[in-house]
Amino acid sequence: MYSFTVRNRVYRFKDLKTLLAKASPYRTGDALAGVCAESYEERVAAQIALADVTLKTFLNKVIIPYEKDEVTRLIIDSHDVAAFSLIGSFTVGEFRDWLLGDEIDKIVLESIAAGITPEMAAAVSKLMRNQDLIAVAKKCEVITKFRNTIGLRGHFSTRLQPNHPTDEPKGVAASIIDGLLYGSGDACIGINPATDSPAAVLNLLNLIDTLRQQFDIPTQSCVLSHITTTLDLINQGAPVDLCFQSIGGTEQTNTSFGVSLALLDEAYEATLSLKRGTVGQNVMYFETGQGSSLSANAHHGVDQQTCEVRAYAIARRYKPLLVNTVVGFIGPEYLYDGKQIIRAALEDHFCGKLLGLPMGVDVCYTNHAEADQDDMDNLLTLLGVAGCNFIMGIPGSDDIMLNYQSTSFHDALYLRKTLGLKPAPEFEQWLIKQGITNGEGDLLSVNSSHKLLSGIL
Amino acid sequence: MKNEIEIPQQLSALREFTAARIAIGRAGNSIPLKQSMEFKLAHAHARDAVYSTLDIDGLFTRLEVFGFPVLHLHSQAANRHKYLKRPDLGRLLNDDYKERLNCNVTNPDIAIIIADGLSAEAVNGNAYSLLKILIPKLLDAKLTVGPICLVEHGRVAIGDDIASGLKARFSILLIGERPGLSAADSMGAYLTYNPQPGLTDESRNCISNIRKHGLSYKHAADKIFYLVSESFRRKLSGVGLKDNAGLLGES
Repeated sequence: MYSFTVRNRVYRFKDLKTLLAKASPYRTGDALAGVCAESYEERVAAQIALADVTLKTFLNKVIIPYEKDEVTRLIIDSHDVAAFSLIGSFTVGEFRDWLLGDEIDKIVLESIAAGITPEMAAAVSKLMRNQDLIAVAKKCEVITKFRNTIGLRGHFSTRLQPNHPTDEPKGVAASIIDGLLYGSGDACIGINPATDSPAAVLNLLNLIDTLRQQFDIPTQSCVLSHITTTLDLINQGAPVDLCFQSIGGTEQTNTSFGVSLALLDEAYEATLSLKRGTVGQNVMYFETGQGSSLSANAHHGVDQQTCEVRAYAIARRYKPLLVNTVVGFIGPEYLYDGKQIIRAALEDHFCGKLLGLPMGVDVCYTNHAEADQDDMDNLLTLLGVAGCNFIMGIPGSDDIMLNYQSTSFHDALYLRKTLGLKPAPEFEQWLIKQGITNGEGDLLSVNSSHKLLSGIL
Repeated sequence: MKNEIEIPQQLSALREFTAARIAIGRAGNSIPLKQSMEFKLAHAHARDAVYSTLDIDGLFTRLEVFGFPVLHLHSQAANRHKYLKRPDLGRLLNDDYKERLNCNVTNPDIAIIIADGLSAEAVNGNAYSLLKILIPKLLDAKLTVGPICLVEHGRVAIGDDIASGLKARFSILLIGERPGLSAADSMGAYLTYNPQPGLTDESRNCISNIRKHGLSYKHAADKIFYLVSESFRRKLSGVGLKDNAGLLGES
């Protein structure tokens, strides 16, 4: 039981998950789940009460039973006591102030990452303003490698997302070429296939691999099929660079996605065994997003942001190259408007970075959300300041297969130019060599004789 | 425009292969104004579609031609904002309208339900044109058709509530799909055998993108009629039926 009294009114919170949920900044998903605070006052009372909870409490009182949930078991069993020791005496409130301190830098944050559980990260984020989430995330530097180096301070990458409603190879290739000429694609060239049929996925894998080899592009490919499809294709000898999977923060959510830790272990080992990376072997690509557990009716009364961060415990087990929170895709019943989408994205980015993950964000919205390009510009700029590893790159922001709006090739150029950010170094060199950008990172005019435009179709 | 960078012809030629917004050039690093405005206009159409409302009078006038009672119903979502935030309420029939349903229980083979969904515009523009082809086919096959129900702020599952209330054996629910940038007036048809409250999407078959410039009314009516016939023959709908629907060919 936790409580806080405001002007003689006593607010009581029966357990830790209730306290976390009531302390969460308002969003429609928590209201839909019936777990959010009932008044502004109750929310702040919960936040003040949460500030006094010790970090140790999260190790002793799990929010989803250990026996019932393999994500809880993973969180508890993989907790690093030595890494925790530096922060082990703090309350959540003290942890927030400490994180913001001048002396807490990247090295310190790296040293404690394995000692922070998802619930601790979620809890502290609920006490932080957007500014705090940005300031602390900015201190983190999470670097990952496959054929290039992603996440270096001062660098900012994009996943080139050349989706096509029928997976038409020429249509996909056209979007890839277009994107490369805008300097997009260093995080990966990643296609959401229209179907999960192994033959179609294989076609797309071969398509990107051929292009990559033809032009010697220092990047990696991914076709975002279900992990079982990827695993089968690996066993057939397909050119799989990265293994993709959507994950959620409870065992039941993952069951609804058709995955388990055992399956992820198997796919991870299989992908690693291919040894296709040249500068590193971070081979996994995960996608997450607040609301997935509620959507799968698998949230156990836990608020959607805490569920989200629990998914990151799974991600970090596999040392991924990329983790992407697809923040505005799920719809207004979970994140209603630009304000909620922006807040959620900053929380996800902060919590992921704190846990040591290479966080990217799909800065996006659907047409039934109260959001537009201006909201995405705001979020994009905030994430650039916060040191986000990557965003999506989509022709003109308009994904014609998934029917939502994400960031355009141009958006990434805007951010790089405005904040002085560069692509992954290996990719930057390639862009210069191809005459796509100059040494300053400015785009050059493309003429008709450019080799990316000749003879590929 | 002076600041715009010229787009090489080889690049714009790639547009033949995709509807994606490729080869749009740039003004500095930004999207040129023309393309920026095109995007904004498409989004405006989508937003307007989300907030569009059922043309109750117009639909009544046209639908009454078929000779069945037309019922005006409402979900438990009181308005658009509630509808967007609480999908659960959009799936349930407002109690005040249950009486209207109870007066029209005819145990039909097929209940037809038209809901606004996320684009009332879509059903305002497409529902009648589709039914004009579909209803005669159903009647020719000696199927009985119940009242046609118009539902405000309805989601797909509200059809289960309504059709089971009418004691119908099958429901055809026409609903406005989530507007995209390329089309804000796409209508979907959801088909459910033995509709009962509590069913989920795997119990239904869906035909999507029904609109003037999408899946044609004739083709959509053929597909729906085929699935209705198969459903009655095999006494099921949904995933189990889909596997054998290859006969339909490509849309």
